[in-house]
Amino acid sequence: MTVPVTGNVSVTSKANVTGNAGVTGNASVTSGAVVTSGAKLAGKVMSPDDVVGQLRSGMTIGIGGWGSRRKPMALVRAILRSGLTDLTIVSYGGPDVGLLVSAGRVRRVVCGFVSLDTIALEPHFRLARQSGTIELTELDEGMLHWGLLAAAHRLPFLPIRAGLGSDVPRVNPELLTVRSPYADGEELVAMPALRLDAALVHVNRADERGNGQYLGPDPYFDDLFCLAAARAFVSCERIASTASLLESGPPQSLLINRAMVDGVIEAPRGAHFTSCVPDYGRDEAFQAHYAAAAADPDVWSRFTAEYLAGDEASYQQAVQRFTERQAARV
Amino acid sequence: MSSPSVAEVCVVACAEAWRGDGAILASPMGLIPTLGARLARLTFAPDLLLSDGEAYLLAPADPGDPADPGNPASDDTVEGWLPYRSVFTMVAAGRRHVMMGAAQIDRYGNQNISCIGDWARPRAQLLGVRGAPGNTINHPTSYWVPRHSRRVFVERVDMVCGIGYDRAARVGAHGIDGHGVDGLSIDGHGAQFHELRVVVTNLAVLDFQTPEHTMRLRSVHPGTSVPDVVVGTGFPLVVPEEVPETRLPTPEELELIRDRLDPNGRRERELA
Repeated sequence: MTVPVTGNVSVTSKANVTGNAGVTGNASVTSGAVVTSGAKLAGKVMSPDDVVGQLRSGMTIGIGGWGSRRKPMALVRAILRSGLTDLTIVSYGGPDVGLLVSAGRVRRVVCGFVSLDTIALEPHFRLARQSGTIELTELDEGMLHWGLLAAAHRLPFLPIRAGLGSDVPRVNPELLTVRSPYADGEELVAMPALRLDAALVHVNRADERGNGQYLGPDPYFDDLFCLAAARAFVSCERIASTASLLESGPPQSLLINRAMVDGVIEAPRGAHFTSCVPDYGRDEAFQAHYAAAAADPDVWSRFTAEYLAGDEASYQQAVQRFTERQAARV
Repeated sequence: MSSPSVAEVCVVACAEAWRGDGAILASPMGLIPTLGARLARLTFAPDLLLSDGEAYLLAPADPGDPADPGNPASDDTVEGWLPYRSVFTMVAAGRRHVMMGAAQIDRYGNQNISCIGDWARPRAQLLGVRGAPGNTINHPTSYWVPRHSRRVFVERVDMVCGIGYDRAARVGAHGIDGHGVDGLSIDGHGAQFHELRVVVTNLAVLDFQTPEHTMRLRSVHPGTSVPDVVVGTGFPLVVPEEVPETRLPTPEELELIRDRLDPNGRRERELA
């Protein structure tokens, strides 16, 4: 028996994709329907390429995680293989932003930073800013949080002090203030809702229905990204049975529930080279390799040919070869 | 015991920033500020909270335990959970004193870590604003500058991330950026929690304890003269008639720094 799984099935209960979505002519982004086999699979299980099939050029896409921590890199790599372009990326930015920017998929980045954590500056983002190839909405980290929270709560804005007096309003002239209607009369930044057309997050475990579990120390803002988005896609290290989730962690590790989620993707090592503790830490050797390659266009083209030209399996195999070469050197 | 190095004087000067803060989150950025915060907690500021830079609050080893010299991991008892969303709440609640870096800082303490040059197409993209706007509007802030120079201490910063006293005084009075919209005057309400404590550098300690809240030379480190600091600062610095020398580490502090907090001497490399 085959069960057709399409995006339309899974999103009917949520708002339609809004705004700036424009379908490109590229075949790889218009194939929304996929077929999976086996009655056991629920409607939300899909592949990274299925996710890309539900995205469109021009969309605003939120990416979970933080810096170089628990990023949905397998989904990012799927976007790199697609024809998607003109994206607005909302992120506590790391190599997700760097890779998408380097591949020319991004029109605008909405962030407070783009960092690799142990390497302070993301090299691709830095180059793109210095060569003027991307637009930037630069926000205080707390403002980004508040914008996601406002969107998740379906509010037009939330008041916040962060930003007052700084140059953040100067470089974002669309930001306005609001005055407290109460006796204090305080003037605050009216942080507008950061509504997303789609959210991509990566967690340690999920079930087929979209319940997602993080097992590391920090949930980051992944639940807010999902709630702020018209469609949310959760990749995970392993799809597990619902009953087995609490064998891995306490109830409060079940950060994401199925009401927030439209697609579940099993992507082992899908956060690589960012951290996904306790399954694995950041691959510092590979991250350093990435950053060094990014600094030189010729080296970078060899890097992309070796790691990013093929599918996810070939990426993971190439990383395995890199790790073996490193080990042989020691 | 050998005499203290400049790095060790800086560790103690950073520690002093948190004196009297009580039970608040100390958030040091950089190694020497981190050593300073941990030293403060082991000595005169025992109530400080410190995170591991990820999501845990770490307490020092139980004072009843025998000391474990040479083991920096002896400060690794988890006493709390502080994911980023909770950090933002602590920021907004004002239960925090951060010591940030500064690529540029001006006489009022406006700080830039975002980019150098025109923001629209910077000559050098740096960290981005990160949490600096929210930190400075919400709770006490200090700065650490490992290389005191006219490139850092400038007339005007290229992008105001952390706000200085002049900007703070105008918050609420003239619109969102302190110099734009008329008709929103509310007497500077928005900056009621703004406070810049100290700027610690490899040469000196500076503060803003002047009538105009402009930067003042508070003390010079051993081996540094007042003219050294003045020449290395790209704006007129308020220099009192008597400038004391920065306090030296006590023997107990030196022992903690050398044997417990930084036995491998990484502090010296931050000034190299």
